[in-house]
Amino acid sequence: MEQRLANCWRLTVNEKKFIESALLSDVRVDGRGPLDYRKLNIKFGKNDGSAEVQLGETRVMSYVSAQLVQPYRDRPNEGTLSIFTEFSPMADPSFEPGRPGESAVELGRIIDRGLRESRAIDTESLCILSAKLVWAIRVDIHILDNAGNLVDAANIAALASLLTFRRPECSLGGEDGQQVVVHPPEVREPLPLIIHHLPVAVTFGYFSNENLVVLDPTYHEEAVMTGRMTATLNANGDVCAIQKPGGQEISHRVIMHCLRLAHVKAGDMTAKIKDAVEKHNTERALQKIKRHSSSVAVDVCGTTASLGGKQNQSDGDKEGSRLDQLKLKDETKSMECDATSSAQVQSNKKDGSSKNFVGGPSSWDPYSDCVNSDLLKASLASRGHSTPSKKKDSRRETKPEEPQNEVKIDSAPMDTALTSGQSNEGKTLKDAVKPKHKRKKKKGSSNNAN
Amino acid sequence: MRQIRAEIGAVSKADGSAIFEMGNTKVIAAVYGPREVQNRSQQMSDQTLVRCEYSMANFSTGDRMRKPKGGDRRSTEISLVIRQTVEACILTHLMPRSQIDIYVQVLQADGGTRSACINAATLAFADAGIPMRDLVTSCSVGYLHSTPLLDLNYVEHSAGGPDVTVGILPKLDKVTLLQMDSKLPIDILENVMQLSTEGCKAIANYIREILLENAKQLEYRRGV
Repeated sequence: MEQRLANCWRLTVNEKKFIESALLSDVRVDGRGPLDYRKLNIKFGKNDGSAEVQLGETRVMSYVSAQLVQPYRDRPNEGTLSIFTEFSPMADPSFEPGRPGESAVELGRIIDRGLRESRAIDTESLCILSAKLVWAIRVDIHILDNAGNLVDAANIAALASLLTFRRPECSLGGEDGQQVVVHPPEVREPLPLIIHHLPVAVTFGYFSNENLVVLDPTYHEEAVMTGRMTATLNANGDVCAIQKPGGQEISHRVIMHCLRLAHVKAGDMTAKIKDAVEKHNTERALQKIKRHSSSVAVDVCGTTASLGGKQNQSDGDKEGSRLDQLKLKDETKSMECDATSSAQVQSNKKDGSSKNFVGGPSSWDPYSDCVNSDLLKASLASRGHSTPSKKKDSRRETKPEEPQNEVKIDSAPMDTALTSGQSNEGKTLKDAVKPKHKRKKKKGSSNNAN
Repeated sequence: MRQIRAEIGAVSKADGSAIFEMGNTKVIAAVYGPREVQNRSQQMSDQTLVRCEYSMANFSTGDRMRKPKGGDRRSTEISLVIRQTVEACILTHLMPRSQIDIYVQVLQADGGTRSACINAATLAFADAGIPMRDLVTSCSVGYLHSTPLLDLNYVEHSAGGPDVTVGILPKLDKVTLLQMDSKLPIDILENVMQLSTEGCKAIANYIREILLENAKQLEYRRGV
């Protein structure tokens, strides 16, 4: 009984009257206009597919994960998408732990309807083996702080996390082509989901005076308002879902007016989400580049740091084959000079199109002379990545000259950055080389290795 | 629109009850109340507490459904929707510190169950003598092959087009319930809503006739 009493936050008559009369003069308690949104802030976590959204004081966190499952019998070629919401009592004392209450279920279903029926996520691309294995995408939404308008914030969080989620790539293998091999992210770059459009939810609050409509209600306004409507639209002007679960009755005119308003706001919101995701993606890309540059060319021999450049690029089969060729050529020597390796890398780069960074772990390996070239070859072969060289032997030194010239043109800016990295690393990490460590997936370890 | 049929007084124990049929969809609603609040902590001193429970019978769809263990999310949401819809139209402040329960059970499901439930609930409330501002009627509209279709059945619904469920207060001509899924451009939505409003008004006329008939029957039985 006491628990229940503690959960009850009651709105006082004074507060109610104050909010309503302020609205009559188009003023809201936090100073916004009736149709203004609160400040939106989207943050991303370290993992792919995790996002935290702050809309004013409301905080919602969302996480996307994927699993291989059997598809539904009536949709054998499509993957599945499911949304789970968790209303933690941390957000609001009236939320009870355990089974989701009515509002939690409603929130989950609104977001689900917006994404599923409007086909925002392409589920057919999630199918791997028809009628046997498909990806099941699961979105978990946790409410961290309830300050009103959970639906909009949760929707934005779900969209942001779906946009940054990367699922592992898998290929069919085995004798009959029926076995599925899932490649871990270190081996092959994980793929993003195919998202056709972004359905954004916009929530309106209605009050007993019909002309009062507010957008993005706060916690107190939600307690005062007599009706609400959530419209999910995308930037193209399609209405993906509407939820007006009873409450204050509204005329058609007001509803259409609200929908048009929602269209405008959805456009803004989509732009903001896309910006935030772009920024996050570029940061991730930059981080990977930095990682590669520091790990790459450690100049063990201390020669020509100026060759610079490396760029582990990685993925390209062209580069892989080139490396293989090179490998075959110089088997015997242990690698000594990174200069050669870096040159190699440069040449590879030139082959594969001068992309600086392709995403994928850099399989570079800074090796010292204790490396077993056979082992290296084996590991390289299994990886299927082209990595710059490991075993370049000093014979390669001749090579650097030609590629150096070619590459210089397009990698000039890279060189300077890299060379500095190289020289530093060469001195400090040299001693930390552990012969046993083959290329480590983590950047830190590869740095150490070298 | 499909053929509508309604019957009042199906559940004798309840204060008010009704069966509503729209084509092959058949729904039964029972209202208990106003009565004493069973959970004192939820008692509201200025209005009545409305509780709603929606469930689909296992035999209502083509294949026998298994009841999901964790509480069906769809049922929870529809219960919430029905509750808030009727809460808006009954005069809750006339019955403070009391509770009204409405139980809706789907006996045959062929599309449009939500609408049938709300229509049945309205009839049941009227039968129970609970004061209301206006009837709430509801009907669903779809949009397939660039034609708005009134009152979708299951086959039309599974064709994948949008499904708009609208609940209105016919005399006041205001929209209470509006739910939509799947994609639809805004202007087409406007047309679709117009169509559904007309459908709802037609249902409202039918409901009024039924209530009038029922009232006459009651008078007759009382020997007036």
